[in-house]
Amino acid sequence: MTVTVSMTVNSKAVSAEVETRTLLVHYLRESLRLTGTHIGCDTSQCGACVVHVNGESVKSCTMLAVQAEGAEVLTVEGLANGDELHPMQEAFRQNHGLQCGFCTPGMLMSALDLVKNNPAPCDREVREWLEGNLCRCTGYQNIVKSIIAGAAAMAAQS
Amino acid sequence: MYTFDYHRPETIDAVRELLAACDDPKLMAGGMTLLPTMKQRLAQPSDLVDLAAIDEMAGISVAGDTLTIGAMTRHVDVSKSELVKAHSPALAEHIGDPQVRNRGTIGGSIANADPAADYPAAIVALNALVTTNHRQIAADDFFVDLFETALAHDEIVLSVSLPKVSRAAYMKFPNPASRYAIVGVMVAQMLAEHGGDVRVAVTGAGSCVFRVPAMESALASSFTPEAVADIEISDDGLNEDIHASAEYRAHLTTVMAKRAVAACA
Repeated sequence: MTVTVSMTVNSKAVSAEVETRTLLVHYLRESLRLTGTHIGCDTSQCGACVVHVNGESVKSCTMLAVQAEGAEVLTVEGLANGDELHPMQEAFRQNHGLQCGFCTPGMLMSALDLVKNNPAPCDREVREWLEGNLCRCTGYQNIVKSIIAGAAAMAAQS
Repeated sequence: MYTFDYHRPETIDAVRELLAACDDPKLMAGGMTLLPTMKQRLAQPSDLVDLAAIDEMAGISVAGDTLTIGAMTRHVDVSKSELVKAHSPALAEHIGDPQVRNRGTIGGSIANADPAADYPAAIVALNALVTTNHRQIAADDFFVDLFETALAHDEIVLSVSLPKVSRAAYMKFPNPASRYAIVGVMVAQMLAEHGGDVRVAVTGAGSCVFRVPAMESALASSFTPEAVADIEISDDGLNEDIHASAEYRAHLTTVMAKRAVAACA
């Protein structure tokens, strides 16, 4: 069975005919060619596929595209302003918050949801929040450092 | 994932009609367990009935000493609710990760009855009442066995009601990788005016959530960690897998119970 889905992705209205079983992550990557959102474990554990749906972080490998009907979706591609990185992306760059980079899009999207809930998270709060994001390089020290720095940069900017 | 027809009804009546009309339908709440199960082709519903558009199924309210949580209320909303904190402490603690909490619901979790899910321990220890479109089911009768509940195939969980408790705490020993409970123990004491009963419910250890009467009576006489410290649980019939033996799970049950009582103080 196919259905028509319409949503806003990175502030752009999109619409497509998809199979009901199409996962949101597959729709983003394969139909919209937004390949910044990654598929890691495919079992809702690793968090490489985290995007925002209506302002909240979700695992796009565990959501059907049709469930995002009418929603506002934000992916990692929607963070930078042209060539200017988002303060959280810049903080990851400055603090060596990535090694292979595979988990990074999910880490960024998850981090931004944390900052929305808690503008100045401490080390422990960042670690607890990252329960659903795995880094197989085990680069957590610098990821945590990046998120704390990113949150501070965002606070300074606003 | 096998293909299916997708429906998003806006009323409970429409859900009921779909359940009657479809060949092999499945209700979907947050989809946090159902979708992974379907991705592994362990489930093949002909029709998926998404409950997300039924606004009346979500929300938290208090009337007198009873807290009612709509079935489609997400873990994030339960865990952040001041009403819940004051009324039923520890209800939605330690569930999943932030992204799962943003989608998963109380109704979906209990209807699925995963043996390692967190909610079943809370529902049983807090002596909840599950309201469906047909009847009310006491928590003690709701969970039957592994992934099995008292729900009929056309029955829809509408809400969960909880009597106010005087104290409660949940302690979980999570699998370090999956974060599911290897053993989780919820301890709750009812209000003195309601008899002050103590209830101890265990998830993760067996095929289904279960209570520990020996601990409950010990705690009713003396609500201290020491009161349960020497109560051993039989490992007979407990879960056994690569993560933990039945014997270890039995041991952990006492340890987690002790910690939960200590956390109530």
